[in-house]
Amino acid sequence: METVLQHLLNGIATGSIYALIALGYTMVYGVLKLINFAHGDVFMFGAFMGFYIAHGLGLSAEPSIAGALVVMPLTMLICGVLGYLNERIAYRPLRRAPRIASLITAIGVSFLLEFGGQMVFGPDPRFFPRLFPKTTIEVAGVVTTNYQILVLLTALVLVGALQWIVFRTRFGKAMRAVSHNFEMAALMGIPVDRVISMTFVIGSTLAGAAGCLYGLVYPKIDPLMGVFPGLKAFIAAVLGGIGNVPGAALGGLIIGLVEEYVVAVDPWVYDLIGLHIGRFKDAVVFGILVAILVFRPSGLLGRYEPEKV
Amino acid sequence: MRPTVSAAIALAALFVLFVLDRILPSLIDPYVFQVLIYLGINITLATSLNMVFGIAGQFSMGHAGFMAIGGYVAASITFFGGPVAGTAAPGLLLTALLGGGLAAAAAGWLVGLPSLRLTGDYLAIVTLGFGEIIRVIILNIETVGGARGFSGVPALGAFGPLGSFFWVYLVATVTVVVSIRLVGSSHGRALLAVRENEVAAEACGVNSTHYKVLAFVMAAFFAGIAGGLFGHFLQYLNPNSFTFIKSFEIVIMVVLGGLGSVTGAIVGAGIVTILPEGLRRVKDLNPAGTDPRMVIFAILLIVLMLTRPSGIMGTREIWDLFRRKPRSAKLD
Amino acid sequence: MALFGCFLVALACGGNGPTGGAADPGHQGSAGNAEILVGEYGSLTGTTATFGRATHDGIMLAVEEINAAGGVKGRKIRVITEDDQSRPEEAATVVAKLINQDRVVALLGEVASSRTLAAAPKAQEARIPMITPSSTNPKVTQVGDYIFRVCYLDDFQGRALARFVYNSLGFRRAAILRDIRNDYSVGLSDYFKQEYEGLGGKIVGDHSYSEGDADFKAQLTAIKSTDAEVLFVPGYYTEIGQIASQARDLGLEQPLVGGDGWESPRLLEIGGDALNGSFYSNHLFPGDSDPAVANFLAAFNKRYGENPDALAALGYDATKMLAAAMARTTDLTPAQIRDELAATRNFRGVTGMITIDENRNPVKSIVMLEIKDGQMTLREKVAPF
Repeated sequence: METVLQHLLNGIATGSIYALIALGYTMVYGVLKLINFAHGDVFMFGAFMGFYIAHGLGLSAEPSIAGALVVMPLTMLICGVLGYLNERIAYRPLRRAPRIASLITAIGVSFLLEFGGQMVFGPDPRFFPRLFPKTTIEVAGVVTTNYQILVLLTALVLVGALQWIVFRTRFGKAMRAVSHNFEMAALMGIPVDRVISMTFVIGSTLAGAAGCLYGLVYPKIDPLMGVFPGLKAFIAAVLGGIGNVPGAALGGLIIGLVEEYVVAVDPWVYDLIGLHIGRFKDAVVFGILVAILVFRPSGLLGRYEPEKV
Repeated sequence: MRPTVSAAIALAALFVLFVLDRILPSLIDPYVFQVLIYLGINITLATSLNMVFGIAGQFSMGHAGFMAIGGYVAASITFFGGPVAGTAAPGLLLTALLGGGLAAAAAGWLVGLPSLRLTGDYLAIVTLGFGEIIRVIILNIETVGGARGFSGVPALGAFGPLGSFFWVYLVATVTVVVSIRLVGSSHGRALLAVRENEVAAEACGVNSTHYKVLAFVMAAFFAGIAGGLFGHFLQYLNPNSFTFIKSFEIVIMVVLGGLGSVTGAIVGAGIVTILPEGLRRVKDLNPAGTDPRMVIFAILLIVLMLTRPSGIMGTREIWDLFRRKPRSAKLD
Repeated sequence: MALFGCFLVALACGGNGPTGGAADPGHQGSAGNAEILVGEYGSLTGTTATFGRATHDGIMLAVEEINAAGGVKGRKIRVITEDDQSRPEEAATVVAKLINQDRVVALLGEVASSRTLAAAPKAQEARIPMITPSSTNPKVTQVGDYIFRVCYLDDFQGRALARFVYNSLGFRRAAILRDIRNDYSVGLSDYFKQEYEGLGGKIVGDHSYSEGDADFKAQLTAIKSTDAEVLFVPGYYTEIGQIASQARDLGLEQPLVGGDGWESPRLLEIGGDALNGSFYSNHLFPGDSDPAVANFLAAFNKRYGENPDALAALGYDATKMLAAAMARTTDLTPAQIRDELAATRNFRGVTGMITIDENRNPVKSIVMLEIKDGQMTLREKVAPF
């Protein structure tokens, strides 16, 4: 029983990390209908910025909550700037071009950040400093850390905040208008370019925050660390219905739990049929994605839009 | 064209391939020859992806998976079947390549099914998922080496008198010719109609279900054969060669060249194959000793896409460039 | 099309090294005092860039030392390095380039067996000797008589570790956590399992992760519910630190045991206290009284400002062994270098005394290290068996 609960908790913890990264994906997609493949790499960039800022402030030697409160906003700011430049240089010129062109520039930016990161930061893994002391929390035999709880809370708060921005603010209304029909939005006097830039800035800021939190929980960072979490988060966003904020969080949680339980049932499945199902973890995740999408083609919470002639 | 004329052209093409196969290895050094072989394989991959992505408009990001299936099945046929058949004749290689292609085509049929319900980015992520599933499954099959890879695959040149160049460029030529003929055929028109507007195509009596699956099956078939050539040329296969990054690379070739254009796919394959090799010389100029070639490649990719958003060829073919007026102008 | 033609022509023309053009088919590099060209191919970018760079550092240090001491036969060695992006197919391409355009007389590389296996047929075909510093798959040297290595094989290391865990540590129940994408980790796990069960031990769990994973709590929680006395984790140091720290977070107190992939100054940086009480096998013991080891550590530290990992040490040894074989030849042809490499007996490397056997694999001893209070201590030395 303890083990089952522990697995549940582990799955939620991993899922909340995926959810955190998926939020940025889904924001950008919701407005621009662009799969921003560079998102995972902006996330990596955030982790490295957090690393350098923390070392610059001497936090690696003396962890403190006050210090952490400086590192996070600074990192988010830098990532926001990166996101802005990214949009300005690689995506805005292609706004009226076929959508696939921006997908390729997104892959290009992704390669640039990965290979550039290997050149500038070096390919060796680094140890992300503990911004504040880590404590283990044990309740009824089930163990977690204060870092994991912070991640989960942050993910929940951000989902709420983003929902509020999208549905309760003037800017959110503009975002929805641009998402719905950007030419019409422009005719209505909405500054489309500024809205899209802002969305990118928000998305990249979220990636920066996710990078720092990820660094706390999984302290090994390297220039390619964004590839797999980025891909998993992307799946999470699609699973939940890409463009839908609570959907991204839900998708993240589902992926986290599936990954966890595939490994958890491995010994039993092996005894039953002699197959190590845990070795097929990634395949099972994708299999579930395919199954869900075949039955709900727009993801779990996405709205299905029948094609019009 | 009359059948006899076609047959004559085909024979002449075979003869040219055979002659080049004989003389090229002594004309150019093995490194350039190897890049040339990869170019041929990548042309096949890009042209085949163009069938499903460019012509039929179905966004597939799992092409490396089909390549992997073709590669592993073909290698298994020659590796395990060779000793049984007791021969290393060209027939065995041909059987292996076709077997790999057919296995990949079967997978293509399976992957094509979700395309009946999914469109655009959702389809893209599902095909990417299929590609990864295929890779993970191969990773767990011990008989073909699993993570350690499949070593000891017989070389392409080990089957009778025909060398690597002949086989690779024979397949590339067939794929290109099939692609070009496809666009001009009624099937191709139906595929284009599905790409442009599925509902309207259905209304005109095009069975879009049939055509979408057909496009996946054909694309997977040729990608599978390309995988077989790849494995036999390298004499080694490893699941890590077929990650989603490889699929991205093939998508880049097609989009860079111009989505829907067959010659564009060839141009794209050329750029993605040769540019990183050409950039190797850059590091000799860099006193710091680090190799910036992939960074430069990434920047060039972005710049190319920004300057030619519809790809280098757009939707045109190379012969369209020599026409006075585009065909559509006649309608005005 | 014309564009590609230009590119291909440029590729074809640009690359003849100083020792020979197209008219020099024999790779002799025979001109009097010209440099000796050695090719290195490695993963300088891509997923395993950190391992490729470490090997490169070891190789360059060795070459600098050799050249400072007057080179080989009065001629300096020049290493031409090419990146393969951590991809097997590119390894084959760059080896073809090094052989045919740069006209190297010998090759060094690769870290991963998958890349060495893709490249080795090209070297064998061209009859250029190749030494891989750290490809442990037994199939690597079976490609042909021009392929050598300086590291031990998966089967030797895996079996040595099984005996160590069963006999010396006395543990009877072990759980395995392997990297399913990594041939090295899978190889060690398989041989460990085979030998350990043969000795009478019990494998109570066989779990896996994939290179690039950061969360191992699922596997560790499953292992926690078994009665395993020890965890066998034969991965690379890049993941080990996190595995150890997550295991301790979950309350697992058992020691971890691994192979030479653990050896790196970054192991303890990432793992910290969580690794105390764990064991791993390695080529060398940093506190060894042997002056060769001490000198190497000092030189490496001076040159790069950090301690070498196992890959750097193996790259260093591969280069030194190659130079020693070259020095014994009469006129530095690839065939002579191959013969002299095959004749290597009791070569004093920093990773141990190396004797090349008839299958071109080294026969050398292995050391078992224990991590105590953040320090490596020598637990035992195992002779080749």
